[in-house]
Amino acid sequence: TTVTGTRGRSAAVAIAALVIAAGIPLWWKTTETYRAWLPAARISELEALQLELRVEVEVVFARGTLSPEQQKKVPASRITYESCCKSKSLCLVEADHALHTLTETSCGSVVIYIIPEASALLPQDMRVYVGRSRTALLRSQVASVVGAGLPEVLAALDPQMEQVLQTMSFNHQDVTAALTDRLRPGLSTRDSLADSMRAFKSSPGYEITFSLLNPDPKHHQLHWDVEAALDAYIYPLLHKMAPVANFSVDSQILYYAVLGVNPRYDASASAYTLSADSLAHVINPVEARLGSNAASSNPVLNFLLYVPDSLHSPLIIRNDQKQEVASNAFHSPRWGGIMVYNVDGAYGNDTQFPVDIAIDMSRVMGVFLSQLRLMLGFQQTGAPPGFVLEAAGREGVAEWELDRLLWSRSVENVATASASITSLAQLLDQIANIVINDNIAQQVASAVTALQAAVAELEAGNLALALEHSREAISASERAFFDPSLLHLLYFPDDQKFAIYIPLFLPMCVPILLSLLKIFREVQQHRAEKRAKRD
Amino acid sequence: MPTLTLASARSPFRDEFAEELAIRPLHSGDIHASFQFRTVWGVDLLQATDPRFLRYAILPREIVCTENLTPWKKLLPCGSKAGLAVLLKSEKLFHSSYFSQAVHIRPVCQGMHCTVPSWEMRQTLNVVFDLYTSGQGKREWSMFKIKIYVDVTDSPQGELFELSPPTPLLSQAVVLGDRRTYSVYDLTDPGTFGKVRSLNLLVRWKADNGDMLRPLLHGERYVAGFGLQTGEIHTLIYNNHPYRAFPVLLLETVPWYLRLYIHTLTVTSKNRENKPSYIHYQPSKDRLRPHLLEMLVQLPPNSVTEVTVQFERALLKWTEYPPDPNHGFYVGSSVLSALVPSLVAMDTNITQEHPLFSSFFLCKEESSYFMRVYTEPLLVNLPTPDFSMPYNVICLTCTVVAVGYGSFYNLLTRTFQVEEPSQSLAKRLANVIRRWRGVPQL
Repeated sequence: TTVTGTRGRSAAVAIAALVIAAGIPLWWKTTETYRAWLPAARISELEALQLELRVEVEVVFARGTLSPEQQKKVPASRITYESCCKSKSLCLVEADHALHTLTETSCGSVVIYIIPEASALLPQDMRVYVGRSRTALLRSQVASVVGAGLPEVLAALDPQMEQVLQTMSFNHQDVTAALTDRLRPGLSTRDSLADSMRAFKSSPGYEITFSLLNPDPKHHQLHWDVEAALDAYIYPLLHKMAPVANFSVDSQILYYAVLGVNPRYDASASAYTLSADSLAHVINPVEARLGSNAASSNPVLNFLLYVPDSLHSPLIIRNDQKQEVASNAFHSPRWGGIMVYNVDGAYGNDTQFPVDIAIDMSRVMGVFLSQLRLMLGFQQTGAPPGFVLEAAGREGVAEWELDRLLWSRSVENVATASASITSLAQLLDQIANIVINDNIAQQVASAVTALQAAVAELEAGNLALALEHSREAISASERAFFDPSLLHLLYFPDDQKFAIYIPLFLPMCVPILLSLLKIFREVQQHRAEKRAKRD
Repeated sequence: MPTLTLASARSPFRDEFAEELAIRPLHSGDIHASFQFRTVWGVDLLQATDPRFLRYAILPREIVCTENLTPWKKLLPCGSKAGLAVLLKSEKLFHSSYFSQAVHIRPVCQGMHCTVPSWEMRQTLNVVFDLYTSGQGKREWSMFKIKIYVDVTDSPQGELFELSPPTPLLSQAVVLGDRRTYSVYDLTDPGTFGKVRSLNLLVRWKADNGDMLRPLLHGERYVAGFGLQTGEIHTLIYNNHPYRAFPVLLLETVPWYLRLYIHTLTVTSKNRENKPSYIHYQPSKDRLRPHLLEMLVQLPPNSVTEVTVQFERALLKWTEYPPDPNHGFYVGSSVLSALVPSLVAMDTNITQEHPLFSSFFLCKEESSYFMRVYTEPLLVNLPTPDFSMPYNVICLTCTVVAVGYGSFYNLLTRTFQVEEPSQSLAKRLANVIRRWRGVPQL
């Protein structure tokens, strides 16, 4: 019996060892969900991200601003500019254009020209002139005192230069406004908050729709040459903004479209008026008819041109102070703008209806262009006193204004992308049963790489590259976050798993455990007998 | 970036819009109303159309309701605020026996030389108002409040029905190979209205007899067979022309989960085999592409042609089944296209004013017209497994494995111990009897 006993015991121990050593790992491996590896360490670094923005500034001292010994201390000197600034009859714009051709400014950099106090280029009360393309002229107010070293001169110029940079690149309010998603409220001023709520959030593309609303086709036969007007006014701006987003433009004419409010007749102005508080109700009934592109999920900007019907002409809009609005237009934040175009002056009482009316597109496009600028994020906050900002040229936006927008967009993109990546990583951590496919891991990895590259470029001051990387980061993070395979939760609750495994594992494990227990008790007994024998 | 304008100053051809309503009283007392809207744009939307990129798609089952009518009305330039579209009220339209709406967009030529291609969008809405649901059983129908055409061919002298108010304008048009006479009410002409500012059109039926002309080409389709494994698709094509035979093109698109056996494809007319003059078949690929079968069949006059093909139903993957309460799987209708010979010569002068419903398919040949007929969609059931079986199988196999393993384990680890054998019950009984008999025990 001892032979069978030992054979039985060794068989039981061997089976138990096999089950524990090989069975359990095999079962664990074959029943785990496929989770591709995510760079968790880099993602947790993103949570404590510190952004450093660097602007490249080039300061050029004109002749007469520095004494000769100060001039010697200036590291690099450039003398070629003198030839263009000599002639006194140069006007400001030409000087700006000539200076612009001298230096090749990269995106995000600023060049400040310091001109002597007695210079006739700027009028008396103007301290700073900001040109159309990243250059500024600053009137030096430090008289060239003999004996003052270069550091003192620079220190005296510092506050003025800082003001110039804050106007041309970014300031604290801009950056906090761009980061409103991740910051506590209350940190931004009222003006910048209004600006940030008016502009659309950063998006890879925008759809712009121009609509002509004609509520009275029986009397007015309207003609608008919208294609030519778009070519002349809107497309230059959109081409300039190509690095920021893709734009798609379309137009339509709607008949029998009425406003939601009945305007009241004002005898003093002999016109129908829309007061400021009724404007909010105007948009709703029209919006149902506007339509949008069903194939894209980009935000839509609507610009409507409303020609009032003959019974309610002319129609004027009154603002909060009950004054007439000069452009007869208003806009709604993050939606678009509406302009009212009165045609009652074009015909008399006894003309034959319908009357052919051609719409003056230059007036209309001027209003829409300024509204478009506001919607896209070009801020309206005014310049500090003593500054003169050159009006934007044919494209409708100056280079430094575009740079400002690029700074705030890059910061916003970086903040949004890091927010989505960190929340995605947290979600995947918490739910241990979600299958993570290879393509999601790849998107996350590329998003993290692009984010880090964007942050590095922002620190180095390369704005164009930083914007490109931040756009890549955002698109990759959105694609990873909204992937449909993550929503299809292919998991089984724990009690179902137990219900499936018990019919197999319980009958297998119970004999093993019992025999191990029996062996253990026998060994104990044997040891007790041995001890009793010895004693 | 495309822009869409309705008045483009650059093109010499201006955009146009026309609308029409044709009413045809049927013998049974029902009214068939057909609305036609045509928008022509003077711009070339797509620079070239390449026939290699032709696609055909079909959605077999869609329950049509106001949700389909409202965006359709939005495509009209004035929506439902002006014009004939004001008459389209969804409560009236969907209380009908038959309802169909369509949008067709295609490039057209303006003038004979086709120098400037322009694009045309036609929206059509056909509805058959039932006698009993809309007319409340009275044999009288009125519609009030452009051009309205009323088909008076069947009662030239007023025998079948009477139309009021009477109109002297009569026009003739050839529709579907049949020359029909129409009373025209021109809504843009103030003389139509008379003193009252609205037009009240009243149709009162007088006689009850008469039958309608059957259409020259129509088709039917059904699934035959029993069980959930195999079946047969039958397509019946009727040619009711008394003496002319004509070819018809049959296009069938069958989803991949009905595996067609093309070697069983048979075409018979009048109980004799009818070999198609052209067959194009593209086999299906599972989950990628359906079957595509195109055949050109010559239909003998006054006959029924039957096309049959056998199929086998496929088993789908477990995530592809619809939820438990479902109708089944729908198979799209097949399309019959034919140039049907007509008995009446058509007017080939395109510049003349034609009603919209007759100028949809223009063809040069004088003695035939083009017709496209859709059969009914089919409803099939696919074999659906019992979805609780995986759990049952797991439990059963786990139990069997555990029982087998248990006996194997027993063999390996069982130890034997010696025990005093106890006598069996029979021996004990026998000993009791021996003791009583006084004989020595076992």
